[in-house]
Order: sequence, then structure tokens, then C-alpha cells
Amino acid sequence: MKFSGFELLKQGLTGNTGWAPHWRRPKPKGAYDIVIIGGGGHGLATAYYLAKNHGLQNIAVLEKGYLGGGNIGRNTTIVRSNYMMPGNSEFYSHSLKLWEGMEQDLNFNTMMSQRGQIVLFHSDGQRDAAVRRANAMINRGDDAEILTTAEVRKHAPYLNFDSARFPIYGGILQRRAGTARHDAVAWGYARGADLRGVDLIQNCEVTGMDIENGRVQGVQTTQGPIKAKKVAMVTAGRSSQVAALAGMRLPIESHILQAFVSEGLKPVIHHVISFGMGHFYISQSDKGGLVFGGNLDYYASYAARGNLAMKEHVMEAAMALMPIIGQAKVLRSWGGIMDMSPDGSPIIDKTHIEGLYLNCGWCYGGFKAVPASGYGFAHLIATDNHHPTASGFRLDRFRTGYGLMDEEGTGSQHNLH
Amino acid sequence: MRVICPKCGERDLKEFYYQGDVLALGRPDPDADETLWNDYLHNRDNPSGVREDLWYHEAGCSAWIVVTRNTATHEILKTELATSRKTAEEGNA
Repeated sequence: MKFSGFELLKQGLTGNTGWAPHWRRPKPKGAYDIVIIGGGGHGLATAYYLAKNHGLQNIAVLEKGYLGGGNIGRNTTIVRSNYMMPGNSEFYSHSLKLWEGMEQDLNFNTMMSQRGQIVLFHSDGQRDAAVRRANAMINRGDDAEILTTAEVRKHAPYLNFDSARFPIYGGILQRRAGTARHDAVAWGYARGADLRGVDLIQNCEVTGMDIENGRVQGVQTTQGPIKAKKVAMVTAGRSSQVAALAGMRLPIESHILQAFVSEGLKPVIHHVISFGMGHFYISQSDKGGLVFGGNLDYYASYAARGNLAMKEHVMEAAMALMPIIGQAKVLRSWGGIMDMSPDGSPIIDKTHIEGLYLNCGWCYGGFKAVPASGYGFAHLIATDNHHPTASGFRLDRFRTGYGLMDEEGTGSQHNLH
Repeated sequence: MRVICPKCGERDLKEFYYQGDVLALGRPDPDADETLWNDYLHNRDNPSGVREDLWYHEAGCSAWIVVTRNTATHEILKTELATSRKTAEEGNA
């Protein structure tokens, strides 16, 4: 079924009885050319681009739970391309372009809202760094503007401009940045992949990996063995567990990242705003909830919930930046399981096992990366060559020290990102 | 989550700095093979369940502490001074 204004009108007038399921629920076949482990945003996008860009169809996506039930199902939905390091820079630039064309490409409303992101700076030193970053963004072909304090005030008059401790000196505005409906992205890619013949198999956990003579032969699952010429692991949040099935130890440690949503409020915050003097960022969802978050809790965890120390820090930063938020009530908070790599950048690479591919390490930035990650990973799986926009995410960069992408400049060590 | 410092007792999480996996105590020799160094610096078992890691009581007594805890539940099972662990290892060697 194709979505269109006409279809919407027709369904509306006929009691919405004509909508069909968006994807099939197939039983797994005994063998596929390509098996993708993980039916989240990245896995579904990978399946979609394998089918669309490379004409491949004999593909299965195996999902332990339900499609889009991991971090794509709960995150702070921000889309941007304000990266600076070579490797990251061209990748996120590509991803933002794919976001801009996604709704037409997928024929699915992902509620992409280019409301602009303002990253604030609060000192002369931070302004210098911001100008450097903005220039890097412009040189790459993306948009960036340096705003003065007065210009920030026009965009976001509710901020605490007169703070003695954290005065606002200005900000980088990226107008093309914004937010998107996170679930819809997973659903759109799932539907697109299914329409092109990909089997999306839910409630199917991979329990073993069949490897012979250094070559992958298939996987063992809770729905029986499945042979495959190529197997792709796209299970950020559980990457270490899945890779262990292939006898691999990854440069990944799982950490907690908390986020918060307030009760629904009338429109007040029109951009994505990032504080420069504490880890805090915020936007307002279309339902009216203030969606905000902060830094990692900074200890390894799979508990999917955080502790009070970081909650307190986030609330303090929020009150320092926008005292009006003290009027809002937090409705809920949650903790996502982040694949943290030592340098804070992801991995899209082959492994030492032939036919086994790895996509992981998305740290706290996986959502905006979904389209380009799927695009680049599909290219790697189909051609055995890295896509030019995703060639820097090598697994061996930690061992060799060559090509580390430490965007924050803090060092390549597990507890620093 | 509250961490039990062997010297100070149960303290707020905020007082502690998390270093990472306890394998930090087993630094390879300077001339060791790069595979060993790569495992030491980067590669991790990263279990969902019980593991040991190294914490520093930064806003307290400055002790390095080996914490045995469950990453799936945040339950802390055991804490001991890292120095006692090192001493025991050297004693066994």
C-alpha cells in the first residue's frame, strides 16, 4: 500500500478499515544469502539499502524481540551533522542528506522536523572552538552559522542570558538539524525492506554462530538453524554478547545513558538546544513533552536504568540554562544501553572471519547515524569494500592507533567518552 | 547505587570515579606483544551480569577499590581494596 494524500482521505472517509499490515510475518527459510542479526534502526536500514542499492533480495533480518524495540525505540531523536573529525565528518554529512530525502524515499512519514540546533558557547575560548567547528562544517558543504548573544536571544529568549557563572556568548546554529519520529524511522525502513522481499523475522534470537575454516556458514537461532553466505552483526547495546558467539572480544563497554521527558506543555522550545557548560540538551516533541538528556552515568551497565547522581546533574544543568524548566514536571526517565568504544566513534567493518561483518560502537550518537550506517554497511556487505562515507570506522584502529576518531579530544580510553 | 568503600563504609556514587574493568590491575610488560596490549587497553568481555571493576574513592579516602557487581541489576556483591588484591597476587607468584 502506498501512502498518499488521496489514500489518507479515502481511508478517513471509509472508517480506516482498509489499512493493511506494513510487513509480512514470514517463517525463516533454511538458508539466505545474507542474514542480518538485529532488527533495530541500523539493521533495518542495512536490509533496506542492500535491497534498494544493490538489488539483493535473499536477505533475512533476525530480531530477538520486536522490530525497533531497542535504542531506536527510545532516544532523544536528534538529527544533526556538526562533526569535525575526518571520518566522522563526511559520514554524518551524508547521513543528514539521507534524512532529508528519507520520507520521499521510503514513502513513510518520519516526521522529520528541521527545526535547527543551537549549540551554545559561554566563553571566548569556546567561541574560538565553535568558529573552528562551524568552518569545518561549512567547508564540508553543510550549513552552520555563528550567532551572537543578541541573535541567540531572538531564537530562544527563555534562556538564562544574565547568568553570572555561565553567560551565553553565542552559539552555532545548524538550521538543517532537527528531530525525527524515532519509531517511524524503524517502521519506514522495515516496510521498505519488506516490500523489496527481505524477510523480517521477529522473536528469533541468535544463539550460536556456525564458523568453519575461518568462514561463517550460518547461525543457530531459537527458530532453528539458518544457513547464510554472509552474516552481519548489528546489535549495538548487545554487541559484546553477539560477537562472543563468534569467539570475538570487542573494544566495547556497555554504559548507561539517561534521558527524560516532561509532561506535555504548550510550544515553548522551538529548536534543539545544547548547553555548553554542562552536559544538557533539550528539544520539545510534537506532543509537547520536553525531551532532554545529559551525559553517561559512567560505569558499565546493562540495567537500562540510571542512578540519581546523573539525574541530579542534568536537572542542575537544566536549571542553570533555562530556569523556566523548574515549572515543568518530569513524567518519566529511562536509561539506554550504549555501545561505548574507546574513542567514542563507531565501527563498521569486516571481521577476521570471512563473511562476518560488524556494525557496532554507536556510543550515544546512533540515531542520527541510522541512514548512513545502513547505507555504508550495506555497501560493505554487498561489495566487500568500504563506502567512501564510512571508510574510517575500522575495527583495527584501536590496535594500530591509526585513524582514531576522538571527536571530543579526550583520549582513546574506555572511561573517557 | 551506593558503593561500599572498605575504609569509609557505604557512600554515595558521586564520590567515586569509575576506572573500568579490573584487568587494569594486570598491566602487561612494556615489551609484551601488541595483542596483549590491545586486549589490556581496548578489548573487553563486557558481560551482562557479574563482573569486577576498579573504582577510585576520589571524594573520600583516595582508595582504589575492586568492586564485584551485577551490571544487569546494579547490585554490589563485594568490595575490597585493590592493594589487597595486588598483595595477594604477588604472594601467590
